[in-house]
Amino acid sequence: MTFVNAVLQGIFLGAFYAVLACGLSIMFGVMRIINLAHGDIAVLGAYVVFFIVEHTGVSAFVAFAVALPVMILLGYVLQLTVLERSLKAGILTPLLATFGLSIVIQNLLQLTFSPDVHSLGSSAGLITTSSWQVTSGLSVSALGMVILVVAVVVFGALQLFLSRTRAGWMMRATAEDADAAELVGIDSRAVYARATAIAVAIAALGGLFLGIRSVFGPLSGPTQLIFAFEAVVIGGMGSLWGTLLGGLALGVAQTLGAQIHPQFAVMAGHLLFLAVLIVRFGGGRVVLRTGR
Amino acid sequence: MKVQRWTLMSKIFTGGTVVAALLLASVPLVFDADVVQKLTTLLILMLLAVMWNALAGYGGLLSVGQQAFIGIGAYGTVFFADQGVSPYVAMLLATLLAGLISVPISLFALRLRAAQFAIGMWVIAEVISIIVRLDQNLGAGTGISLIQLNQYEPNFRQAYTFWLALAFAVIFLAALFFLLRSPLGASLQAIRDDEDAARSLGVRVVARKRLLFVLAGLGCGAAGVLIAANTLFIEPGSIFSVQWSAYMIFMVLVGGLGTFEGPILGAILLFAIQTTFTQGGPWYLVGLGATAALFALVLPRGLWGTVEERLGLRLLPVGYRVVKTKGEERAA
Repeated sequence: MTFVNAVLQGIFLGAFYAVLACGLSIMFGVMRIINLAHGDIAVLGAYVVFFIVEHTGVSAFVAFAVALPVMILLGYVLQLTVLERSLKAGILTPLLATFGLSIVIQNLLQLTFSPDVHSLGSSAGLITTSSWQVTSGLSVSALGMVILVVAVVVFGALQLFLSRTRAGWMMRATAEDADAAELVGIDSRAVYARATAIAVAIAALGGLFLGIRSVFGPLSGPTQLIFAFEAVVIGGMGSLWGTLLGGLALGVAQTLGAQIHPQFAVMAGHLLFLAVLIVRFGGGRVVLRTGR
Repeated sequence: MKVQRWTLMSKIFTGGTVVAALLLASVPLVFDADVVQKLTTLLILMLLAVMWNALAGYGGLLSVGQQAFIGIGAYGTVFFADQGVSPYVAMLLATLLAGLISVPISLFALRLRAAQFAIGMWVIAEVISIIVRLDQNLGAGTGISLIQLNQYEPNFRQAYTFWLALAFAVIFLAALFFLLRSPLGASLQAIRDDEDAARSLGVRVVARKRLLFVLAGLGCGAAGVLIAANTLFIEPGSIFSVQWSAYMIFMVLVGGLGTFEGPILGAILLFAIQTTFTQGGPWYLVGLGATAALFALVLPRGLWGTVEERLGLRLLPVGYRVVKTKGEERAA
């Protein structure tokens, strides 16, 4: 039963990783770049929510609704100032520029909010404490269920957006071949900016869950980036639903690893990631697949 | 038209570098331990920058995980010293260990591209860090001292460490210098300029990259050894910190990615910044990150790359230049 419970808790944990990874996957799918500041942006989102909660006393979920437009705007600004320029300059430049950005965000957070860790758990209401005891060894936490449902909804909504809406078609066309898309009148700059805005918004959602699930500090970003990237790679780079599955696989690997030894949890995730890389040796389709 | 490598300027400067290295060797005889320790730090930074540039600048391999080898070097020193080997022999063994471990890692890592390689290396560094944390004999998560160095009188110890740092810096700089000037180096510079074109001309790209990867593994291992010797205490949180990668990226980007002289300049700049803002702290890191990002976006060839381009300067020549002979100038 502990095994079943570990797998279940792993799925809940993995849903959180999938949300974290979603934005990274979108940006890779559309622009073929990996944003090394992605984890820090998620943590920034958590801090924005925390800031609103501290000053108004509203619930973390209400605060997130307020923070969302701010984060979307930030995504546009990020694209237009940093990423757009780096896209033109070869494959290493986006990595270098976003790595620099990552250090800037971490230390600005440290300057603004002190190095202390914070949590959003107390401002998220009953959800953080309620759980259903299914049997003696098996419990389903309300928070875990919420994150799992939200994760599936987010990925489902993205699927619908990409397959049913005009903006989604434009995004897929640009991902497939930006130059050809330009020829038929699609403004790739606008598409890229929209993709980044979506990615940053979902990263902030990941930050919200991070804050509710546990604690975060100014330097929490890099770890979140590693987990998010692992989820993307395990699921297959460029595949959206793959990222959801990759996140779940990573979560299960970590909770099963923790069964062997508490310190082996993160290690098990790393090993799964490296094993997938070895099997695939850096292949992975770069085209955004939408499952159709 | 003729092809030449040396100019008068580069002859003077290369000669000057050799003289500077000889002068540096006498530093511990003249200055006190504080200055010697600072200059050791400068040499470590230089070594790290040059090695990171060898990977990224010439091999196109952007690693965010070179701290893996820094950590192996540092912990290897402690490990071998604990086995009863003389500490300085332990340092050499630890450097070789880092190089040795880089071989199997390269078999797999070199198949990855861009971000996969960058973060893949980072994860490898994390894995090694976790393994160290699990080992009680290495002090687990709390760190460990290199107590074996206490048998030497502090001033002598500092001098020995400095000389070792100087020797490592000279060896690795010279190794890269002569490597890049050899026929092999021509293929490395071809990979830097255009990997696909180099491959189509028959350059064995993966084998060449492996050479750079192992060299960088040895070099970063050596830097880790020196960090352990210079600070006498190491702990996994800081020795395996991604901050080392941040420093390396800063030095190389500001100095000049893919130039031989650039990383040396970058290391001197970072050292100057570190000694000026001794407080360190977040603002200093904000500045470092922002500068690195700006250089990547606006001045991708860095300070030295830009100077080189504008003025045609080659101080430590690893490439060739085409010069017109007198007759051609007249004809033109």
